Amino acid sequence: MTDKDQTIVTSGGHGRFPWSHVIGYIFSLVLTLVALLMVTNHVASGGMLLFVILLLATIQIFIQLFFFMHITEKHGPAYHIITLAVALFFTFAIIAGSLWIMTFTQVSS
Amino acid sequence: MAVDVNHSVVKSADHGTMLEYSTEDGALKILGFWFFLAQDMILFACLFATYLILHNRTAGGPSAMQLFDVPGFAAETFILLTSSFTYGIATFQMRNNRLKSMLIWMGITVLLGLSFVSLELKEFITYVLQGATISRSAFLSAFFTLVGTHGLHVTLGIFWMISVMIQLVKRGLTPVTARKAFIVGLYWHFLDVIWVFIFTVVYLTGVMK
Repeated sequence: MTDKDQTIVTSGGHGRFPWSHVIGYIFSLVLTLVALLMVTNHVASGGMLLFVILLLATIQIFIQLFFFMHITEKHGPAYHIITLAVALFFTFAIIAGSLWIMTFTQVSS
Repeated sequence: MAVDVNHSVVKSADHGTMLEYSTEDGALKILGFWFFLAQDMILFACLFATYLILHNRTAGGPSAMQLFDVPGFAAETFILLTSSFTYGIATFQMRNNRLKSMLIWMGITVLLGLSFVSLELKEFITYVLQGATISRSAFLSAFFTLVGTHGLHVTLGIFWMISVMIQLVKRGLTPVTARKAFIVGLYWHFLDVIWVFIFTVVYLTGVMK
């Protein structure tokens, strides 16, 4: 480690304390606690509660991606974002498609 | 053998130097790992789809409501969330060229990972002792496959992280070891993402009335 590197480190302003990580961590704890307490205290009915906890989980995914996985960093074009978007589409197609197609077997059986 | 001056130094406003992106090779391997994560996401999508279809098919055996223990899975969740955070700090320390501190945070992450896996194993053993084995019902097959696949990923991640720590101790922070450490981090945060959905879709809906 040369002195030159040390100067680069501190020039960023945020180099001394990982604020963004702490904020991300607090957010993820709060989101998890809210989801947990909403379910254990039965604050809403089935469908509505399911929607809210899925929403909380989705927000939490974005927190992981932005605060911990440094998704905005890239070297050249952002191919990783395109790949993730395609994978998300497949994820949706597999889960929603499977659930949808299985509704037909329940009718016939 | 810390910083090779021939490599271009990639800087970020928040994180100081970014050794892991400093070579074309490193940047490409990080991109390649995002591709792996994308396909791993599809693997979990298939397991989630299977679980969602089968979660009510208990074949007279124990149901999710009877099995799942709220303090147990809540503890697993908070441990894994914390370990994702501690690895984030390890990456932060790496980018500030603080190898020793980075290794300490990686060590904490490994310990948290180990406690997560032991809690999960304890949970599985409790279920099996109650007769809720993987072959008992379609619900339990889907449950053990989904949660077990995630647990295997975490177990692999622990061994992987330890081996990267050994390399860091031996070789110090180089563009290669920094890239390896960054990629293990991506993997670890990704496992936390998957767990958030297991927590929500499997456990929370399992205990929902």
